[in-house]
Amino acid sequence: MITTRILPSALLDVRSPQRLLERNAMVYRRSWMVIFSGFFEPLFYLLSIRIGLSALVGDIEVGGKLIPYDEFVAPGLMAAAAMNGAVLESTMNVFHKWRQAKLYDSILATPMSAGDIAIGEIGFAVIRGLMYSTAFIFTMLALGMVKSAWIVMSVVACALIGFAFASIGMAWTTYMRSWADFEYVPAVTLPLFLFSATFYPLSSYGSWSWVVQLSPLYHGVVLVRASNLGEWSPSLVVHAGVLVGLSVVGMAVTASRIKTLLLK
Amino acid sequence: MSTPAPLRVAYRDLALYRGFWKANFVAAFIQPMLYLLGIGLGVGELVDNGPDSAELLGGVSYFGFYSSALLATTAMFTSSQEALWPTMDGFQWSNAYRAMVSTPIEPRDVATGLTIYYAVRATVGAIGVAVVLALFGDTRSWGLIPAVPGAVLTGLAFAVPIAAWTSTRTTGDSFPAILRFGVLPMFLFSGAFYPIKQLPDWLEPVAWLTPLWHGVELCRGLVLGGLTSVELVGHIAALSGFVIVGWAICTITFRRRLQP
Amino acid sequence: MPPPLITARSLVKRFGDLVAVDGIDVDVQPGEAFGFLGPNGAGKTSTMRMIGCVSPVSSGRLEIFGLDPAHEGRAIRSRIGVVPQLDQLDQELTVMENLVIYARYFDIPRAVAQSRAVELLDFVQLADRADDKVDPLSGGQKRRVSIARSLISEPELLLLDEPTTGLDPQARHLLWDRLHQLKERGATLVLTTHYMDEAEQLCDRLVVMDGGRIVAEGSPRALITEYATREVLEMRFGRGRNEERVDDVLGVGERVEVLPDRLLVYVADGESALAELHARSVIPESALVRRSSLEDVFLRLTGRTLVD
Repeated sequence: MITTRILPSALLDVRSPQRLLERNAMVYRRSWMVIFSGFFEPLFYLLSIRIGLSALVGDIEVGGKLIPYDEFVAPGLMAAAAMNGAVLESTMNVFHKWRQAKLYDSILATPMSAGDIAIGEIGFAVIRGLMYSTAFIFTMLALGMVKSAWIVMSVVACALIGFAFASIGMAWTTYMRSWADFEYVPAVTLPLFLFSATFYPLSSYGSWSWVVQLSPLYHGVVLVRASNLGEWSPSLVVHAGVLVGLSVVGMAVTASRIKTLLLK
Repeated sequence: MSTPAPLRVAYRDLALYRGFWKANFVAAFIQPMLYLLGIGLGVGELVDNGPDSAELLGGVSYFGFYSSALLATTAMFTSSQEALWPTMDGFQWSNAYRAMVSTPIEPRDVATGLTIYYAVRATVGAIGVAVVLALFGDTRSWGLIPAVPGAVLTGLAFAVPIAAWTSTRTTGDSFPAILRFGVLPMFLFSGAFYPIKQLPDWLEPVAWLTPLWHGVELCRGLVLGGLTSVELVGHIAALSGFVIVGWAICTITFRRRLQP
Repeated sequence: MPPPLITARSLVKRFGDLVAVDGIDVDVQPGEAFGFLGPNGAGKTSTMRMIGCVSPVSSGRLEIFGLDPAHEGRAIRSRIGVVPQLDQLDQELTVMENLVIYARYFDIPRAVAQSRAVELLDFVQLADRADDKVDPLSGGQKRRVSIARSLISEPELLLLDEPTTGLDPQARHLLWDRLHQLKERGATLVLTTHYMDEAEQLCDRLVVMDGGRIVAEGSPRALITEYATREVLEMRFGRGRNEERVDDVLGVGERVEVLPDRLLVYVADGESALAELHARSVIPESALVRRSSLEDVFLRLTGRTLVD
């Protein structure tokens, strides 16, 4: 079978990843306030940008149309929220469960497999990121920033962003040795946040725009922005493809690392 | 002569900091550099081409306007974080401060020692930003030197009152809310990104009451010039007020916590 | 006789150059309580991990329920319960939630999990702690939660890795009592221990492991009869002076062992041996006659004590 040659065996043995979601839901239902209060962050950010920067910047031209600056930035921030939620969950929280709480050791003694854990934890990180992305949609609706009903497609776009970053994040975490290593996580996510055509159009980067296209977040921002404007083009398939590719690589690495490190 | 008690308290936290200072030190330079390039230069170009920006910013470039405020906001974030989980560790999880007050160290010394520690952390962050600002023409100024203590004072105006709150808690459950509903809104609405005169009329006076607005105005004024002596004294007095009142509350809450 | 639950032939576990398990043969029958006795580093835990299908076999043959762990790990794991050496309970959940989510990992419906969890907490005498977080529990209580958790899937085979290490005597006895009850209900237990009293208490049959090999096999009584005498006379002549007194006691018992802090004389009747030595004017600082134990078996087999 061709799939067995491309994917590691750990990723083929997946049956009940949803049990990890169940477990994490049990934990988080006690701290729902923390998650709920996170919904205010989009409101604060978007209001601040509307009050402050929209007046300073004026309108921005996107695909031949002029739109207020806050409407330009909102999709970028939504994409970044999907990334940040997924990264936080798949790095710090996974590290704690793996190294300190030894949660995965005890789960592997049950019928659950390394692949179940990888997919389950990555899936949960995606959901965590999606909650914040959804909060952005509602805030944008409330502030009248939504341009098209296609905005619902931005949930799909944010899920792709979440999968890519959660998969890579968790794979990276399997190589971390101590908490000090986590100081390097923002060193990666911060430049991605700032330089993924989040705050200004790709054209502003001039001859540096090829660097921006190396950022996975950039591809997500393009998808979310297209959803909000309801403007579809075939090139979006390529952007989505980048994110899917990263997800598959990250999940495969994660599953086989769990297998080699915990099942030895 | 023996080491003064507050310094012995500060040593404990600094000893923990030594475990990861390298990564942190690099981050202290890299992070402001990224913000300056991403927001300062990038958004700056959009703002400076904006139709009304020259009038709204009073003739200053957006890079200068935003970057000088970064001194204050960086100090605010670093110090606030330190006064939450790491401080909680000393009170609750590792119980180090309780162990200290069973020696001749007094709760008041713990309050002063922590203040020294927050000041050291804020200084590292502020120097990182100042060094990066010195690389750019718009912000290269002798005013960067007094702006560093100005930023540290801003950091303390957050950390010390927050430490008083932390010392009354047994869990960190309330901490995300402090960041989300206290620190973040100040970051976004206290003049760091745009002049507060753009705020709705009812919100502008609220911004005057926040320590961050005083810190931003102080640092910006020192770096870009144009600060009257009344404004200078006023901002320093306001920030010091937050620190002193916070410290006074700490001496009470620390004693209640550590010597019940 | 029914087919064995576990069959191992020339089973080997290697970590790089280190050979942790060096070609062991084991059969565990249904309903049996089987023990691996040995000091730390003997290869007990590595063997248990291979049986638990969380560690691949390096070479040799291993079958559990007649299945191969390399290909049917999931199916095997669904039929066994594991109590790990260090309690790996979920710190973020309550005692009750720990049992319920563990059952969910076995695809047991929630309602069934709930009712089993209630029963099991009763069985391990922790019903009143059901809604507490795990962290504040004592070591013995945590171990009991681990045992309850391992039973939630109604396993055919229970693996216990050093079940009472680190517990105080009272907690140990409560635990032993619960394990005895499980045995009476017909459960198959496989456990590791470096306590000979635990092995004597719980095991129908055991193997003594040392350096990755099996050095003896049998029931606790049979091993003691084979490798030791009925009684042991322990004498202390003061630290460092035990060695030089060996000649004085020769010929009294069947065998003499010298340890840094005491001399052991293996003999059928300890009191009369002591009387004979007194008659020879060999007067130790202190003397004690006891029944011989697996500790003595281990000493005989390896020349070392179990707990050092």
